[in-house]
Amino acid sequence: MSEPIKYGPAKLLPGDQIRISTNPDTEPFWLAAKEHRLTACQCAACGHFRMPPTAYCPECSSTEKNWPTLPGTATVFSYVVCNRNPKDGEPYIYVPVVVDIDGAPGARLNANVTGCNAEDVHIGMKVTVEWTEIQDGWVLPNFRKL
Amino acid sequence: MPVGWANQDKTAIVGIGATDYYVRGKSWPRTINDMAGEAILKACEDAGISIKDIDGFAYYSTAGAGYLDKFDTASLMETLGMPNISFSATLTSGGGGCPGAIGLATAGLMNEDCKYVVTLMALQQLPQHRLGVVFGAAAPSAENSFLQPSGLVGPGHLMSMLTRRHMHLYGTTQDAFGEIVMATRANTHNRPKAVRKAPLTKEEYDHSVMLADPLRRLDFCLETDGAVAVITTTMDRAKDCRHKPAVVHACAHGGQREWGRAFAWMGMPDPHFASSGHKFTADRIWAQSGLSAKDMDVALIYDHFSPMVLMQLEDYGFCEKGEGGDYVLSGKIRYDAATQGGVNGGVPVNTHGGNLNEAYIIGMTHIVEGVEQVRGTAINQVKDAEFALVSGGPASLPVSSLILRSA
Repeated sequence: MSEPIKYGPAKLLPGDQIRISTNPDTEPFWLAAKEHRLTACQCAACGHFRMPPTAYCPECSSTEKNWPTLPGTATVFSYVVCNRNPKDGEPYIYVPVVVDIDGAPGARLNANVTGCNAEDVHIGMKVTVEWTEIQDGWVLPNFRKL
Repeated sequence: MPVGWANQDKTAIVGIGATDYYVRGKSWPRTINDMAGEAILKACEDAGISIKDIDGFAYYSTAGAGYLDKFDTASLMETLGMPNISFSATLTSGGGGCPGAIGLATAGLMNEDCKYVVTLMALQQLPQHRLGVVFGAAAPSAENSFLQPSGLVGPGHLMSMLTRRHMHLYGTTQDAFGEIVMATRANTHNRPKAVRKAPLTKEEYDHSVMLADPLRRLDFCLETDGAVAVITTTMDRAKDCRHKPAVVHACAHGGQREWGRAFAWMGMPDPHFASSGHKFTADRIWAQSGLSAKDMDVALIYDHFSPMVLMQLEDYGFCEKGEGGDYVLSGKIRYDAATQGGVNGGVPVNTHGGNLNEAYIIGMTHIVEGVEQVRGTAINQVKDAEFALVSGGPASLPVSSLILRSA
């Protein structure tokens, strides 16, 4: 096997190149993010969490939703080390992660992680939310190594 | 799960046709409809029927031609002159449905809607329409706004996420991915149409550019232009066709909610996350046929990314879950030309070289190889091949699979 690659610091993708869109089911998540409040879509009837937010609870078919304020911490479930900025193809070290969100069992987010070298990111690593301003006044949850 | 299948051995693939395989972008100035037409006409010739006999279309990938163009039955009739069509349907989502489209064709035939059904894929990437960045080029939908901002913009990024989890849970190594690429590369040196024919060393693999760690460029499939079509008909009609029928012995598509949109979602719980999402469909075809992995003479496993071969080997039961790395590294996916069989008790995988080495026409080349193997006419023929497994791409549901049987 070849030697592991030393990448150096894991950077967040620049917010000014990121856009999102919303719909009535997802907008409360993004409105909370604007207030730097990490939430996840929870069924108001049975308590089941689901992400991304959708119209129906897949467990009980309720359309009622809660948007609880969560601790803002998470655990890395898996990750990829990427080395090119998707916008222009230039060298850029960033690490997309799938995280399990604390306080919202079963709910995940896809984000970038920073605060360590890319080669030091690992599954099970604890992270805390880091807010990134993106286009159109929206705010994106990323994560920083705790 | 019910055992058996009412439509077992009732239909067969009787015609296969393909264009040359072009490196991405090199097929221009041919048009995609030109290539599709060539594949269909060649499949008719191979079957020994007239284009005027075609009266059904069973597509997959939501009738997509590649991921950016669309097939339209009316346009194909206008181009090729079929007098009438009495079945026109598609499986949804993407390449996962490829062999499942033969089951859709069977549904049309068994319902007596039609007599000869075309299943088709054509793929052409022009410089402004590159498939590998198709996720990144689109403005994110509300749903995709939970994925794309993370910079997971290409299929390779997405597949790496699943691969990393598999390595973490089971100790799977990049050496196993390299072995998959090398073992299937070894099957293309004698194939005139294959894009990559030179033998591959481990050193070359280890020096391949890391694109989305843990995946290297050579773990990614080829990007190919071209078209492939196959024709399915009923067994009574198949007997009058030119070649020995490739009998449809089992075919299933679908999947379970825990996989769902898969890497377009990333919500899959363990053990589904580090899988190919094929367990449900695998269980269905084994129940339909009463067979298991060890009964297969050859396995044509959709290989858009090398680790997905390993995870399908697990989901289909060629080895236990988590043991794919050891299985592969023990040589068990290799084809031995001297004995025309497997190595170390394994079942040869991708005797045509697969998407990684021969060509990538979103799964259709795997069906063609399955047909040639059970006909007994494959370039890398497995001796006395009776059963060939063909799988579709691990991706958003439905995924699918097919067992072809020699007549």
